[in-house]
Amino acid sequence: MMDYSSILNKTVTEIKPSGIRKFFDIAATMDDVISLSIGEPDFQTPWEVRKAGITSLERGKTKYTSNKGLDELREEISKYLRRKYNISYDAATQILVSVGGSEAIDVAIRAIVSPGDEVIIPQPSYVCYEPMTRIAGGIPVIIETKAEDEFKLTRKQLEEAITDKTKLLILPYPCNPTGGVMERQDLEAIADVLKDTDIMVISDEIYSELTFTGNGHISPASIDGMYERTVTVNGFSKAFSMTGWRLGYACGPEEVMKQIVKIHQFAIMCAPTVSQYAAVWALKKCDEDVKEMYNEYNRRRRLITKGFNDIGLSCREPKGAFYAFPSIKSTGLSSEEFCEQLLQKYHVAVIPGTAFGKGGEGFIRASYCYSTDHIIEALKRTGEFVESLKKA
Amino acid sequence: MNIELLKLLSKNARRSEEDLATMLGVSADEIKKEIKEMEKKGYICGYKAVIDWDKINTASVSAIVDLNVVPKAGFGFEEVAEKIASFSEVEAVYLMSGVYDLTVVVKGKTLQDVARFVARELAPMETVTSTSTHFVMRRYKEMDVLLNNAEKDGRGQLFI
Repeated sequence: MMDYSSILNKTVTEIKPSGIRKFFDIAATMDDVISLSIGEPDFQTPWEVRKAGITSLERGKTKYTSNKGLDELREEISKYLRRKYNISYDAATQILVSVGGSEAIDVAIRAIVSPGDEVIIPQPSYVCYEPMTRIAGGIPVIIETKAEDEFKLTRKQLEEAITDKTKLLILPYPCNPTGGVMERQDLEAIADVLKDTDIMVISDEIYSELTFTGNGHISPASIDGMYERTVTVNGFSKAFSMTGWRLGYACGPEEVMKQIVKIHQFAIMCAPTVSQYAAVWALKKCDEDVKEMYNEYNRRRRLITKGFNDIGLSCREPKGAFYAFPSIKSTGLSSEEFCEQLLQKYHVAVIPGTAFGKGGEGFIRASYCYSTDHIIEALKRTGEFVESLKKA
Repeated sequence: MNIELLKLLSKNARRSEEDLATMLGVSADEIKKEIKEMEKKGYICGYKAVIDWDKINTASVSAIVDLNVVPKAGFGFEEVAEKIASFSEVEAVYLMSGVYDLTVVVKGKTLQDVARFVARELAPMETVTSTSTHFVMRRYKEMDVLLNNAEKDGRGQLFI
């Protein structure tokens, strides 16, 4: 008999699988479950983009592309980032097309982090940064962002977390699950802390198109002193509703990108060709579609925020991404208890804040990637649940 | 005129004024005022339910009737179009480009009802020179609403 526990990589076996699985399993047994759990756009990929993919197949574009991705796509990404966020990256040397934003994050962490390096990760945040850091041999240093700071990373928190071992800071904004964003002055404070250090930054901007502030998304690399230390990660999944196409990108200083491309070239070779051709079209022609989806998300965002506040779950206005992150502290339940009872008794699925780090205790994440009617029904049932708790 | 509000109403006219107000970031009073004004100006012409009559055991037949019409000097197609529109059997009347001049949607209880209406009312009209009737056999989508297959959520159970 093989004793796998002694064979397999300890760093990997010690990583806990996601606790959310059990919610999905319970939800799958109910036929009238209303879910606000999925963090994926409910819109179809714009038809023109799908057609561009189909056309590329018809024309027989079914071979590998270069490791970094199609020249044309990298050119378009370069133009897009300059036009939208005022950052310039050279298409030939500074941009890598990856298999989703996730791969970009993975290869960037691996290229930057050596064993023993500390990586500062603000939480609650998307779940991949901590395990990816561990797999790279790094040591995650968690900063718990606070509701009263609108879940921003503050200068003070960052200063306190930095040691002489700090190698990398993750900036996960706009933030899944909190809806927090970093405005210009917030980023300038971060830049000021980092300016005389060698600390690198990975900025995960996958939700950048979904920023609901007056100024829109501010890319950290556009802030003085940040460009040379920042790897900007973005992708097509959220902005263009292209999740299943698996396409993202990483951009950064040439020296850094050289190493990132090396890992990508051995692990992945290149991103899917059909997706790359579709993505060219998305960047060239889809501003209107993106705007339409943005407006619809914005309407739902207002509806769900008010809805939670109306039923007594205090909810700050989420400024980015497509999640509401209401506090459930008034119910006296833990996040897990709240979600489990809400699912069992009222058949509504939301995610406990603790799935995104310990700092998520007292909160739940509700995705608004659902139709208005669906959201209204979920809010109604959640309201009934909250009422029932008061009577008990 | 609030195009965004009109679009929301065209998708679902029963959405409450409070919800519409929240979604658009304005007050419910403002929504009420705007709707009233757009009704008055004739931008909003009515509110109806989209019903799948085929699912209900009520006899109901529709036909698209294409008409060629001799336009009347000085009146064009207006006179005949308005006359046709005034029949209760007629659901819609459009002036068309192409081979035919007018397209009329006619509704009746049975095939014979519709045939009789075309034969007795439309075809004999002085200015109508020919008709071509197409009966609807099955409806898949009506006024933007899919009738027979509820859209399924195709998203996988994946944690993100």
